[in-house]
Amino acid sequence: MSDYNFAYLDEQTKRMIRRAILKGLAIPGYQVPFASREMPMPYGWGTGGVQVSAATLTPEDTLKVIDQGADDTTNAVSIRKFFEKTAGVATTEETAQASVIQTRHRIPEEALREDQILVYQVPIPEPLRFLEPSEVETRKMHSLEEYGLMHVKLYEDIAKHGAIATSYAYPVKVEGRYVMDPSPIPKFDNPKMEMAAIQLFGAGREQRIYALPPYCQVVSLDFEDFPFEASKAEHPCDMCGAEDSYLDEVIMDDAGSRMFVCSDTDYCASRRAAGHVGAQAAALEETAA
Amino acid sequence: MDADVLKGGFANAPVDAARAFRGLMTVMARPGKLETLQGAQPPAPVSVAAGTVILTLCDPDTPLHLAGDWDCTAMRDWVAFHVGAPIVAAEQAMFAIGRWEDLAPLSRFAIGTPEYPDRSATLIVEREVLASAGATLRGPGIKETAEMALPETEAFQMNALLFPLGLDFFFTCGDQVSALPRTTKVEAA
Repeated sequence: MSDYNFAYLDEQTKRMIRRAILKGLAIPGYQVPFASREMPMPYGWGTGGVQVSAATLTPEDTLKVIDQGADDTTNAVSIRKFFEKTAGVATTEETAQASVIQTRHRIPEEALREDQILVYQVPIPEPLRFLEPSEVETRKMHSLEEYGLMHVKLYEDIAKHGAIATSYAYPVKVEGRYVMDPSPIPKFDNPKMEMAAIQLFGAGREQRIYALPPYCQVVSLDFEDFPFEASKAEHPCDMCGAEDSYLDEVIMDDAGSRMFVCSDTDYCASRRAAGHVGAQAAALEETAA
Repeated sequence: MDADVLKGGFANAPVDAARAFRGLMTVMARPGKLETLQGAQPPAPVSVAAGTVILTLCDPDTPLHLAGDWDCTAMRDWVAFHVGAPIVAAEQAMFAIGRWEDLAPLSRFAIGTPEYPDRSATLIVEREVLASAGATLRGPGIKETAEMALPETEAFQMNALLFPLGLDFFFTCGDQVSALPRTTKVEAA
């Protein structure tokens, strides 16, 4: 029993957020304005995702929170504790056990199921914002399906760098209509967005909610001669040996040595528990012991 | 005012509304799927599911239209006490409830504007029966195809052509609910 209303927010606020989520699901990729509330954490710490999660959670849910793939970072730990306290929900670090997953900047490696919900924390929901600062203009551009500017930006990448240099928050087109910011996930994760789970996006400071129903068509923008490529570091994980997961590069000392590890901590830990061993795992466990 | 209108609200509003919303979100994200809604006991002829939708989504910020027999004193009083939503004409409504034939013509309802397609009405259509068989559905939320019994198909085909504008529908019967967003392409069985 908690002294807070279930999941912290008052009921009228939750109704307002719930209506926005439903319209978001009915118009995939379109950013629905909502009256974002002050939360007991600063903007930039996932207030949008927290409000969407608060409106979505039921007492039966099991919540997982990840920050850049990790369950044990400050942001993830504090949001998990917030909902343990205010909603009394069970929490987990295992992707398969979770019914609601709130994420900052990653999609879990393990494929999500139909009975799961993925909630993204979004800093800047407007994919055109850095190209056009005026909300009046970007809203008009979305209504007219005028996305030429975005292609010019990708083209300039190619002209300057010889390839599309955008590596995260890579713009996608949803169901052939709205260009959408997938939040700052690495472009490695973009192909996973056509998934079985419901995906909800919350931007607290910018006061926008958007959504993707399951099996929704999500196409990363590209050119015929420069097709989209879901890139990652060309290396297996040094802890679990995974070849297929997104990797973080960790600097080990000031002599230039480094290692690559899975950014998804649950994926890496469960692989190691299953007996997979990476190139540097033995050496590191010795140091730790 | 009849004392009966004071009854029939959520017993535990935060939790009942949370469970009901999960059902509503599931059906809106997966057209053709049926979910059970519980918690509300609205006056006749309103179904449990439709009453629960209203308690979960409506409040003084959402103008509500009652169509046909659903526009009765008992229902007006129940909405006024439990929800506080203003009862309005179809043209001003964010939500509307009634039988399919009473909600027609659909052209009266707001379909949103090109810059704000979310400013569109959500219709709660009370049905005699709900079934996951009938018209073929394709679109977001559906892996390949789904099926749903619909009152007709042409109106939903016209509605889908308006995308990204358009209306979104909940269908209710007893304690069952299903939904059809504007994105779903409907084909007659």
